[in-house]
Amino acid sequence: MNNDRRAFLKFGLAGAAVVGGLSQLLKISPHEFNEGLTRKLFGARREAPTFPRDRAREPRANGNVGLDEELTDWSLKIEAPGLPARSMSLEEVKSLPRVEMTTELMCVEGWSEVVHWSGTPLRHIAPPQAPEYVSLTTPDKSYFVGLDLESALHPQTLLAWEMNGQPLTSEHGAPLRLVIPVKYGIKNIKRIGTIQFTAQRPADYWANKGYDWYAAL
Amino acid sequence: MIIYWANDEYFQFPEWFYEKAHLTFRLAEGMSYHFLLMWFFAINGICYVSYTIVSGEWRELVPGHDALKQAFQVVLHDLGIRKEPLPPAKFNAAQQIAYTGVVLMGVGSLLSGLAIYRPVQLSFLTQLFGGYPNARLIHFLLTVGYVAFFGMHVAQVIRAGWKNFKAMVTGNE
Repeated sequence: MNNDRRAFLKFGLAGAAVVGGLSQLLKISPHEFNEGLTRKLFGARREAPTFPRDRAREPRANGNVGLDEELTDWSLKIEAPGLPARSMSLEEVKSLPRVEMTTELMCVEGWSEVVHWSGTPLRHIAPPQAPEYVSLTTPDKSYFVGLDLESALHPQTLLAWEMNGQPLTSEHGAPLRLVIPVKYGIKNIKRIGTIQFTAQRPADYWANKGYDWYAAL
Repeated sequence: MIIYWANDEYFQFPEWFYEKAHLTFRLAEGMSYHFLLMWFFAINGICYVSYTIVSGEWRELVPGHDALKQAFQVVLHDLGIRKEPLPPAKFNAAQQIAYTGVVLMGVGSLLSGLAIYRPVQLSFLTQLFGGYPNARLIHFLLTVGYVAFFGMHVAQVIRAGWKNFKAMVTGNE
């Protein structure tokens, strides 16, 4: 057998091994692999960069699931294991320490926009020994978001009631929405009805449709 | 500029195509495989560059000081304008520029990719590329560059013929 033949044979065998290895690789869940690695490497430890206020623009109003119903008597319901369920009026939420920030909202579809937000960090309503996950749902339960506790308690994760200095409009999530710069836009749930602190990894609207549950930036 | 998003901004196959191919709501899955395989892309690149350094073969790959001028002669030669044969060497100057350039592009893709993969946790990198939209643009343009490289590469391989292709695959000259 001449050199060329031997080399082609070797090449063929190596190629088959690579294809075999890749098919094994395709068996692992890429979402789980990426989440495991990226949580260890980066987590949500650092703060998102902030921008000068005058860079802020109105973002697209993508996503209207859960915004259909006419809102009459809104209140924020908060649930945590071992604690009685409680509810807060918008005035009570607004009486918590106010934070303003200008951050970049990034959509998984590719666009991004710098937006100025006013609200209060979600951690102000968290119980002291909060379990590992947080679930947020719209009042009609049709949109829902699951968060890891680290991202939920991040200082820039806000329950926001103002966008670019104006009260939220309905299409942007009035009366209260989540702003979480360490996650893609899909996690920035509009019109929050219930916030539940939970030990089980909560369902997530877009994760149910095959998107990455972790969705971190 | 909208580089790509899940809307059918530029182009759309007929609806039945997406249904038959099970391609609805799979953008994030595709992204996920991209973020999984990028590590192999990085490891592969590191192995390749390390090998050329350890083996000393980088000397044949890195362009010399008058490579641009020589590369112009290569282009003239390949277009049939220059009739004299090129100076004998394993790689000519045009190849050296292409093969070294594509490695630098790989570094750029890796860094700009990380800058848009974790624009918050790696925000210093994102700033380095001029912000998130800009980093996306650079990442995209580099990909256009690979397509151009690939097209030229395959055209040259076809032009050089079967014997050359055999040598490329087997390493026997």
